[in-house]
Amino acid sequence: MTTAEALDVPPTAAVDPDSRSIGRARRRRSENLRGWIYCAPFLIAFGLFLIWPTVYGLWMSFTGTSLAGTNTQFVGLANWKEALGDPQVWTSLGNTAWFTLLSTIPLVLVAMVLAVLVNIGLPGQWFWRLAFFMPFLLASTVVSQFWNWMYNPQLGLINTFLGWFGVTGPAWLQDPNTAMISVVITTVWWTIGFNFLLYLAALQNIPDQLYEAASLDGAGSWRKFLSITLPQLMPTTVLVLVLQLLASLKVFDQIYQMTGGGPGGSTRPVLLYIYEVGFTGYRLGYASAISYIFFFLIIIVSVAYMVISSRRSVKA
Amino acid sequence: MSAANPTSPTLNRPVPVVEAPALGAVRTSRRGPAPARILAFVILAVLALAWLTPVAWAALTSFKSEAEAAAMPVTIVPEDGFTLRAYLNVLTEGLVPRWAWNSLLTSAAVTLITVTISALAGYALSRLRFAGRQMLITLIVASIMIPGQILIVPLFHLMLSLNLVDTYWGIILPQVVAAPMVFILKKFFDQIPFELEEAALMDGASRLRIFLSIVLPLSRPILGAVAIFVFIGAWNNFLWPFIVVNDSTLMTLPTGLQTVISAYGIQYAQNMAQAVLAALPLIVVFMFFQRQIIKGIATTGIAGT
Repeated sequence: MTTAEALDVPPTAAVDPDSRSIGRARRRRSENLRGWIYCAPFLIAFGLFLIWPTVYGLWMSFTGTSLAGTNTQFVGLANWKEALGDPQVWTSLGNTAWFTLLSTIPLVLVAMVLAVLVNIGLPGQWFWRLAFFMPFLLASTVVSQFWNWMYNPQLGLINTFLGWFGVTGPAWLQDPNTAMISVVITTVWWTIGFNFLLYLAALQNIPDQLYEAASLDGAGSWRKFLSITLPQLMPTTVLVLVLQLLASLKVFDQIYQMTGGGPGGSTRPVLLYIYEVGFTGYRLGYASAISYIFFFLIIIVSVAYMVISSRRSVKA
Repeated sequence: MSAANPTSPTLNRPVPVVEAPALGAVRTSRRGPAPARILAFVILAVLALAWLTPVAWAALTSFKSEAEAAAMPVTIVPEDGFTLRAYLNVLTEGLVPRWAWNSLLTSAAVTLITVTISALAGYALSRLRFAGRQMLITLIVASIMIPGQILIVPLFHLMLSLNLVDTYWGIILPQVVAAPMVFILKKFFDQIPFELEEAALMDGASRLRIFLSIVLPLSRPILGAVAIFVFIGAWNNFLWPFIVVNDSTLMTLPTGLQTVISAYGIQYAQNMAQAVLAALPLIVVFMFFQRQIIKGIATTGIAGT
């Protein structure tokens, strides 16, 4: 920091007309230097912990690197070829896609319904927000612990509750038919607060005049919801949808903690497979290749969103 | 790395810096008719009950004796009476206090470093016309698309060669890179009128002085929002600390709890007591700072997660 201060030349320094252009050049040079000095701490971390691993990961995908760092020899496209022919890669990508579909729909729709209901202005606003948003602040491990216990086949609350009505509940997380849906329910419970919040903010940004004008025209509540609220929420819905798709594609924590990818790999998402290949199978090179296949999918979603949103802003 | 939030979304452009309105302002003009309001209330009440149930069930279990927690038929309210046995065991025998300390230490460090380096860079990108500025902005915004999760493999390799595996710095450093936060702060600094700084420049104040004594105080709300967001992300981060730390005395709360689930297995009351203890700080903080947290998440969340 001291260097930045020492280099500081106040703009009033150049007085003599002859020295003015020299002063300006020097000033520009010092501005250049200062700009880079201020950015330096961030750029060092950025380069070291983001850009370098991104490049290095791509390099690793062409090598046979193991966890011990040995065998860094170049193997060309071998990892990539193997990944594309590996049924486990496709199954785990399929699980990720299935989880994304199952979780995104309720996480967008239920969040919207909750926000619309809360926005009616019922008493106890802080309580509704506490109830629906608070889980979002919990660590994944805490959430998984809570729900492992809810889903416990003999001692859990869900099957106890079902038992009161004479229903024998499934084994939830241990049953391949219900494991994925159980994880999805937990995820909806956990993360809906974020989308709920975005919708709530969007609802409160809708100008009152729109509703007042509609009332004057004799529109009822339902009519107003359909022709004012829903269209006004469209940009938020697109945003929430894309953020949710990207978030769901990256699922790892709760599945690792609740099912470990099981039973029989039925819930294993692609990130868990990458983790297993790299850190329990010690094949970092191969894990990198799968990571990059996954990365391309994420990019496709991001680019699709950018195209949609730029087209939207051109229209507007 | 992204400040990993639950199912972390990556940033997408454009970054709408949402000015969160005072949530909860009741507007009479939107009130529906009475029966609709009652129906809405009932639906919300049922859903809120469903949402609070897992937490309540965990809390009730944590006050049971281990014998009762594992007994059939299942009791809802502890019938042997409420006991703090599970909490005492957790606090005296396990490593939970140690993990909580590790979490606090690493999250505070991540927050402090992230806010400092992001604000400095954001200020330079906003105010200083230096060569390469435009290129840097493009690079930083483009980098937001890189999902941190795919970097675990090369990042772990890097940590091995830097000798940072199983250290606090190993947990902290990769989490301080928050490109979205730099971008948010730059956007905020762009909105501060330059006249304020110009006068100080004329008086011969250095850039650093202007940044510290004029720009930063004006930016308190956005800095607070960024800090809250980064802190919660770091506190809850699971994947990275889980990868980089194996030594159980260096684990953070989320990673430590994971090892216990597999180790204790059937000590249900104790497991729930630990989860409740781990959840408690954030729930309490949320109750006190609900407005700020909600505003912070709404302002930075879209970009940050």
